[in-house]
Amino acid sequence: MSLLARLRPIAFIAALLVLWQIAVSMSPVHILPGPWGVVGAIVELIQHGLLVKYAVASLFRVSWGFALAALLAIPLGLTIGWFSRAEMALNPLIQILRPISPLAWIPIAILWFGVGDLASLFLIFVGCFFPLLLTTISAVQSVPAVYVNAGRNFGLSPAALVYRVLYPAVIPQLIVGLRITLGIAWLVVVAAEMIAVNSGLGFLIVDARNAGNRYDLVVAGMVIIGLIGLSIDLGMRSLERIKSLRWSYSEE
Amino acid sequence: MPSFPVEQTKLSAEHIGMVFTRDGKSTNVLSDVNLTVGRGEFLCILGPSGCGKSTLLNTMAGFLSPSSGEVRIDGEVVRSPDPRRIFVFQERGVFPWLTVEGNVGFGLFRLSRAERAQRIAHYVQLVGLEGFEKAYPAELSGGMKQRLEVARALAVNPDMLFLDEPFGALDSITRLTMRRELLRIWEAEKNTIIFVTHDIDEAVQLADRVAVMTDRPATIQQIVEIDIPHPRDMGSPRYLELRHGIFDQLGLAHKV
Repeated sequence: MSLLARLRPIAFIAALLVLWQIAVSMSPVHILPGPWGVVGAIVELIQHGLLVKYAVASLFRVSWGFALAALLAIPLGLTIGWFSRAEMALNPLIQILRPISPLAWIPIAILWFGVGDLASLFLIFVGCFFPLLLTTISAVQSVPAVYVNAGRNFGLSPAALVYRVLYPAVIPQLIVGLRITLGIAWLVVVAAEMIAVNSGLGFLIVDARNAGNRYDLVVAGMVIIGLIGLSIDLGMRSLERIKSLRWSYSEE
Repeated sequence: MPSFPVEQTKLSAEHIGMVFTRDGKSTNVLSDVNLTVGRGEFLCILGPSGCGKSTLLNTMAGFLSPSSGEVRIDGEVVRSPDPRRIFVFQERGVFPWLTVEGNVGFGLFRLSRAERAQRIAHYVQLVGLEGFEKAYPAELSGGMKQRLEVARALAVNPDMLFLDEPFGALDSITRLTMRRELLRIWEAEKNTIIFVTHDIDEAVQLADRVAVMTDRPATIQQIVEIDIPHPRDMGSPRYLELRHGIFDQLGLAHKV
């Protein structure tokens, strides 16, 4: 990419920020803090040590909820995808549970785990589990039979067939699924923190509103959420560039 | 009748029938196929597309169980695929997540590291992929990928190879080169080869004998012995005579 192409999105964002500032200063009523106000709020959060504290709290919940979901959903998905009978038996249940928004689980999460970290962990887990399960199942089912047959031909045991053929064959699709799911986890954590806990970036947003209509802090929280979400996605995308995983992204 | 003594029989297919049932409708794909293949023989199975020759090959390799009859290799009934006989797939069967080295070494997990490295080096060289050891299949051409798959198969020292239209997706020039290389490898390794193709020239260039199949339900119409020593002259009268004979067998005209 040329330098100009790299600068283009930055220039575009800068132009929007300028427009935003102009619009806010011209507006007779207070509808939104301006970008300078938001920068001030972010600086204030840093000075009070809240930015790092809240970001870490949110990331902690996301990592655990996401990791637990991946740990359960991936092996389960490999199994269900591999055994077509299991898929036939479980698919209707999965299809019913899947479209329920993780937010609909909030009352149940609070009932089961009380107000606290566990409840928000559970919500993230629920939000990640079904997308990951479905991605894994469909990844297994789309593995070309020729790879499995070749593996069998060379005399691989069933266990070796799973870790030498099935697992590497699903990894590229799995990484895409993990990337999308991690995005979902980052969406859910904000909602979960608004209800179930008193730390984290979601909490920052409701708290700033409740404690004196500090909309500059609200928008600061939103900006931080967006920036962290972006860096998570960039991190996951860099996995796709690993050579031994890149094959399905090329012409194969 | 086979042109070799019975103790030289590598594979025998006896009364193979195959019926596929789908949505309550059954299709008779193979009917009473009988075939004997000698040790070290190069046999081509030739027939029109969709006639069931791949089904027959998959049955002989143990990937499919016949509806009736049985396949015996070295006297034993075939029930499953076996590393002593390797199938080279029609679609590119190389593992895209492994390098050339990784693919060639795929079946060598029972060997020590040193033996494995030595075997990999030998077969990489045999198929002319030196310098590409660390390359991934996506970085190779179609012909190189097919050679890689042949190397992966040969590396486990199989005594039989099943090849299912292995050069079908290659351009005609690469195809000719690949046939020459396959013959060279076969002469060095002395495996028994069963090669499925729909290309008459390919069959006459490669095989010791050509089994000509009929349309579905497929059975073997005739076995043509190709009594020309290698390297074969594609313009020789005997070559053309055999080629024409097979054209007639398949009911094809000699003029386009």
